[in-house]
This record gives sequence, structure tokens and C-alpha cells, in this order.
Amino acid sequence: MTRSPGTLGRLVRAAAALLTGSALAGTLWQGVDQPWNALAFGAFIAVGELARWGAQPGEREPAPLGAAGALAYALLGECAGRPTTHGVLQVVAVVVAAALAGAVPHVARGSGPALDHVARRVLTVGFAAVCFQPLYNSGELKRWVGHGAYYALFLLLVLVLTALCDAVLGAAMLHARTLPHGAKRMGGTPVPYGPLLRDEIGALLGIGSAVCATGAVMALAVAVAGLWALPVFCVPLLLAQLSFRRYAAVRTTYRQTIASLARATEIAGYTQPGHARRVAALSTAVGRELGLSGPDLTVLEYAALMHDIGQLSLVDPVPEGATATLPAAEQRRIALLGGAVVRQTGVPAAVAVVVEMQADPYREQPLPARIVRAVNAYDDLAGGSGGTAGGALSALERLRLGTGRDYQPEVVESLARVLARGGLTPVPPG
Amino acid sequence: MAIPAAARAYICGAVLCAAVCALPAVRHAAEVPWTAVLLLAGLYAACEMPARCRYLGNSVPVGAGSFFPVLLAGAFVLPPAAATLVALPGALLGRVDQPPAGIRRIWRAAQLALATWGAAQTYLLLAGERTLRAPDFPYALLPAAAGALVFCLVLTALDGGILATAEQLPVRTAWRGLLLRSLAPHCVHGLAGLMMAVLWRSPYGPLSALLVLLPMYISCWIFAQYHRERAAHQATIRALVQAVDIKDKYTRGHSERVGRASVLIARELSMDEGRLELLRFAGILHDVGKLGVPTRVLRKDGPLTPQERRVIELHPEYGHDMVRGIGFLGEARAAILHHHERLDGSGYPYGLVGRQIPEFARVVAVADAFDAMTSTRSYRRARPVAAALEELKRCAGSQFDPQMVRALVRALERHGWETAVTSDEAGAGAGSGAAGRGVSGNVPPQPGQARVTVPRRDTGTPGGRG
Repeated sequence: MTRSPGTLGRLVRAAAALLTGSALAGTLWQGVDQPWNALAFGAFIAVGELARWGAQPGEREPAPLGAAGALAYALLGECAGRPTTHGVLQVVAVVVAAALAGAVPHVARGSGPALDHVARRVLTVGFAAVCFQPLYNSGELKRWVGHGAYYALFLLLVLVLTALCDAVLGAAMLHARTLPHGAKRMGGTPVPYGPLLRDEIGALLGIGSAVCATGAVMALAVAVAGLWALPVFCVPLLLAQLSFRRYAAVRTTYRQTIASLARATEIAGYTQPGHARRVAALSTAVGRELGLSGPDLTVLEYAALMHDIGQLSLVDPVPEGATATLPAAEQRRIALLGGAVVRQTGVPAAVAVVVEMQADPYREQPLPARIVRAVNAYDDLAGGSGGTAGGALSALERLRLGTGRDYQPEVVESLARVLARGGLTPVPPG
Repeated sequence: MAIPAAARAYICGAVLCAAVCALPAVRHAAEVPWTAVLLLAGLYAACEMPARCRYLGNSVPVGAGSFFPVLLAGAFVLPPAAATLVALPGALLGRVDQPPAGIRRIWRAAQLALATWGAAQTYLLLAGERTLRAPDFPYALLPAAAGALVFCLVLTALDGGILATAEQLPVRTAWRGLLLRSLAPHCVHGLAGLMMAVLWRSPYGPLSALLVLLPMYISCWIFAQYHRERAAHQATIRALVQAVDIKDKYTRGHSERVGRASVLIARELSMDEGRLELLRFAGILHDVGKLGVPTRVLRKDGPLTPQERRVIELHPEYGHDMVRGIGFLGEARAAILHHHERLDGSGYPYGLVGRQIPEFARVVAVADAFDAMTSTRSYRRARPVAAALEELKRCAGSQFDPQMVRALVRALERHGWETAVTSDEAGAGAGSGAAGRGVSGNVPPQPGQARVTVPRRDTGTPGGRG
């Protein structure tokens, strides 16, 4: 799904371009300080960027080695005991040049790094370098914290700030991208910022913290042991990257299998084609709108995919597969049958609970079940993919009439907002 | 569980050796850097503790050995006798999976203490200490690698010994594969240990050394998550199959057994492990398309009308349609689509001939027919394995690939076969004695047009071992 980056996205790109331009110009003007350091770190970052090969679609940081190397160069104060003299502009210039060099094979293959990703990397590294290099080069840092354990603590502090800055930036860019160009004038509202930021900060605990720790370790180790530390000290992060990649791969497969299981009801003729997929996509969008994030969204997605699985136990299909129009007792029976199947699938137990309770009155339901119930009813009433705009409107109207008992008013209003936004928002990788 | 005397003696010996190794630290207590010992020992214990906590332990299932870098760092920065002590608190407090817990903890403490001492001695011999004071790369890598190697050797040697004495495994099986499996992880642990040691000795101090552990810990954590997710994924695959069982109760267990038989055939054809696993999935999922067949038709007891038969024959296409989106299945998807093709072109859905039929589909076809014949269905009793194999051989060439049939025969000679038929069902049924054009597991026989060909020879032992 390609959407315009939004005003804020364009602002971020412009800032990154400005910083890059001035860094390159400044470095060309003044010449490169300590070219061997620059070359070694540049080569390291470029090789790290190569690791984007074969990145899984859901990966947070496809090139962690590149990121860690860039942070280490931004925080480099000494090399084998000799103080370094490079400034902020040189850091940014080296990182950009290395990222471009590392991207050459990808571009040749027709899949360059996303512009937003490069912009984010440049701004983040620039932030770290601005926090550290001027203080270090002027000698202030040595006066404040000395050259021992406090120095390491200071590096850690800068890295934490950098990571937070990166998370804020990333969430802001996603936030801006969720609203199509011009939709604001038509009364659309973007996805709330809070859950996006929570997702980004949650990701920091995973690969993000490993990247930051490795950045700090490499900056310190190069200070003690010289440039040899670069290849040696990146091994644990490389290992972490491999683990993450395998994890992402198995998660993708898992999701596909669950989607297949969900399609079983369609192929069996119990539900409309694409129903499970549509309900899952709309439910996650509504869940995000209502402030769910991370694992909660995954539970919601899986439950929405499998909500109709109980129909497999019926000897004869429900007409059109539309459970929303069945008597309440029958709906509840199908929901319980579905929960029994879902409990065998190895998904978290919370998913089975949502499937079991999807037909209860909303006051007795947990939030994900309320969402699944409303979205499922909407898709049934609006006539699925073949529905017309009129069908969608009258379906929403019928949901609103049912808010006394069956559907939670807030959920129905969120659904209306998501639909007004043009349907589905891009889901950030999780 | 009673512990054999030999194992008791072995553990006592290891504990004694560890005590001897640690003795110099007590006798020359003044020369031991106790702060560093306490810090490292406390760090190792703190790392091992979360696994013991009941709530954390389930969400952070990091396997044993994730924190060996701490021990190796201890071996590199401390004198050997002092390094021996680093492992003790962590090993004595850490999680034990099986009873008897006490003796296992003592054994692990002695084992880790000896391995750490070995690593420290090696490091000392190769003058590693000198390379730390003014870090001298790449030479510093050599003593560290040697230390990690000795650590790994001592651990595996002691592990093999305990397997041989406590479990009474033959010595050769006890050691087989132990070393090869653990060599690569220990090299990485050694590298991380060296990094910790370098930073520990640097002006930045122990705090910076801690940072090395974070990526290691995260990769172990993610690896554990990966295993959990993989198990969940396999449960989901089983759920797909169980969903078929909900609709078609007569074929319960059929899918798993076809998966098993397919793997047996594939082993005989010496396929590599990756394809073997795929073939297992192909066997398990081959009938998943039955989810698309109306339950009334699947559960019908009487003869099927031609129209109902046509509906059932759509199941390979339904199945293929369902698993289309599961990327990793690859070749297995073709097996699901084509497992009812026959070599002579009279099968469905496409009537492919001979080698046009994908290899996986030819394997699954044989496994499917074999299990269908050797298990009891609503419309007939199970047949003995030998009779089923005879029937497969008879149809080889026209219906089945002779290569696959031969492979199945060889595999069953070697491994045997357990069907789901229990002994009390044995010999109770009367043969249908129908003759027809072939063997199929999916469609009940019709009067005059039955699928099962050989007249039943009820020997009284349908199923059982082949």
C-alpha cells in the first residue's frame, strides 16, 4: 500500500536531506579527519547494510549491524588510546556514504532501501553525534565525567536518548502516513499517535536495545583495542540478527497457516470469500484506533481470522455464512464450537476466549471480542466485497441501532472513522 | 530415581577435582582479587535466577548455557583457582528441570567449575593475561579461542561420562555428536567472554562489560521465542487436520499416519532433511481439502451417487486452494493437488501421466493408499500389512510409482508399522470381497464399482507389526 508521506513525513525527509547536504559539503570543504577510522567504519556500515539481503517483511531493523556501526562512529572518542577529532558533519557524511555504498547491490536488483528508512537513520545518527562529538572534541566531556566508568554511563545515556528520539520519529512518520493526502479536509482523522509510539518503544526492548548496546560496546572497544574490535565485537549482534530473522520467518509462516485455517470455512462454502481476511484487517484497524498495540493486536488479528471456524462443525452451512442474522442462541453455540477448535491451534488462550465470547452482549465481552463482533456484523450486513457504498452506510446504521445491547457504541464509532479514512491503514511490522 | 553407584562415584570424583582446583584460592586468599570474583559470581547467579522464577521462567525460557560468556570472562580475567569459584553460586541456585534437584545442582557446579578452571589454565599458558593489559589484536583471539575450546572439551567429556555412568549408555553413543554440536556455540561464547574481559580490564570498568551480555541475552531469548512459535505453528497445522476430523470422523489419525509413511518412503529414497520435513507436512495435509466437501456427503454411509463422487473428487483442488498462501510448504502444495493422480493417467484432478506427476505426490499416493488399506473404515475392516503391500505391488506401474512402492516395502521391513487398529477389533469383520479398479482411501466402495480390489483374506491379524 503506497500512501503519501504526509506533511510531517515530507518535513522529516527535507530535514534529513538538508543535514546530508551540509554534511557532505562541510566534509568536502574541510577534508576528512583520520581517514583510516572513517574508512574502517564506513566499510563496516556498508557491509552491515548488505545484510538487508533476504530480510523478512516483518523485520523491525533489517540492517542492525549498519545501525550499530553508525552509532559507534557517532560515539567514538578514542581509537586505541589516541583521541579522535572527527565532528558531527563527518559522522553524517560517512554514514550516508556507507549506506549508499551498501545499497548499491539492492538498487541494482531493483529494491533500494525505503527513503523514509534512510532519512530516519541519518537523523538518528545525527542526533547521537550532536549529543556527543562537540562535547568531546571541546574537552568539556573529559572535565565533567572523566575517563572511566562515568564515561561509559554517559555513552549509555546518549544512546537511550537517541533510541527514544528514533522511536518518536518513527511513530510520527507512520502516524503521518496513515492519513491519505487531502483526507483531512474531508473530515478524516489519522490513527491515534499513542499506540504507534507504544509499538515503537516496545520494539526498542528487542533488537533496538541490542543495537544500542553493541554500538556502545564497539565505541568503547575501539577506544581500547583499536579498529580490530569492529569485526570481533559485532558477532553477538550478528547472532541476534540471525535469531530475529528466523523468528520473523516462523512468525510469517504461522500467520499464513492461521489464514489458511481461516479460509477453510470459505472453501467449505460456509462463509463468503475473503470474509475472514476482511474482518481481520478491519478489526486490527479498529483495534489500533481504540489504542490496542503489540501482542493485543496479534490476539485480535488471530481471533478475527478464526472467528467463524466453529461453523465447520455444522452439518449444513448457514445461508450465506452470515452468522449476524442467526438467533442469538445459535450464534453462541457456533462461537463455543469455534473456541474448541481454536484451543487446539497453539495460539494464546486469549484468542480462544475472544472466539468463544464473540456472540455475547457487549457488556460481558472483552474489548477484542466486541471489536470482532461489530466488524463481523458489519461485513455480513454490508454484503462483503460485493457491497455498495449504500450497503456500507445502511450496515453502519443497523450497527448503531444495535448499540443498546449487541455492539459497543465506541467500537461502532471507531469502525465508522476507520471506514471514513478509506478503509484500512497500513499496519506497521510487529 | 535411584542413582547408580558408578554415577555417584563419578560425581564425587568431579567434586573432589573441583575442590582441588579451587584450593589455591583459599590457601593464598590474600592474592585473590575478591571484588572481581564476587562481582562475576553474583552476575552469573543473577543471570541464572530469572529462569527459576515461576512467572518469568515461562515467559523468558532461555536455555542453560546462555551465560557462559560470564564464566569465560572470569576465566580470562581471574587466576585459575579464583575462576573456579565464579560458577558455583549460579550453578547451585539455577533451575533444574528434573529431580533429583540437589545432586544435579552439585554435579553442574562441579562440572562448570572444572571447565572454567581448564579454560583459565589454558589462557594462562598461552600468555593471554598479557594480551589483556594492552589489548593486542588479533593475537588476543588465540588464547581466548583455546580457552573456549578447552571449556567446551571439558564440558562435553564430563557430560559424556555422566551419560555413560548414570544412564548406562554405551560410551561411544554417549559422546557421539556432543562435541560437534557444542563447538560453534562455545566459540561464540568464547568471543563474548573475551569482549567482556577486554572491557572489564579497560578504564571503563565492569559496567561496560555488562553491555556485551545484552545482545547475547536477547539473541538467546529470541531463539527461545522462535522455538515456542514453531511449536505453536505445528499445533496449528495439527488443528487444520483436526478440523478435517470434525467433519470426517472415520479417518481419524489417517493424516498423521500418512505423514509418517511418507517420511519412511522418503528416508529410503535418501531425501535431505529439509525435503523430508516438507513431505511430512504434505502427508499430514494431503486431505485438508475435505474441509471443502459438504459434511453430509463425507458422512454418508450408503452408496454415493455419481454427483456426490464428483464432489468428493474436488478435495485435492480445495486443499491446494487452502494452502496456497502458506509459503514454506513449497513442493508439498503440489503433492496435495496431485495425490490422486495415477501413473496411467486415469487419476484426478488433471489425469497426469507418469513423471508428470510430482515426486512428492507419487510418495503421498502410496502412503495414502497403504494406510487406507491397513486401517478400519466404516465400510470395511482393515487389512493386514502384508496383504496391503501385495496389493500395492500389484498396482505398481499402473496406479503407483514402483520406486515408491519398493521403498515402502524396504522401509517396513526395516522399521515395521503400527496401525491404529486395536487387537480387539482384529478379525471381527467380514470382508466385502469387492473387486474394482484400484485402491483409494477416500471413497467408500460401490456395489459393482468398488475401489478395494483384493478379496479379503482375513487372517485374524489386520494391522499389527508388518
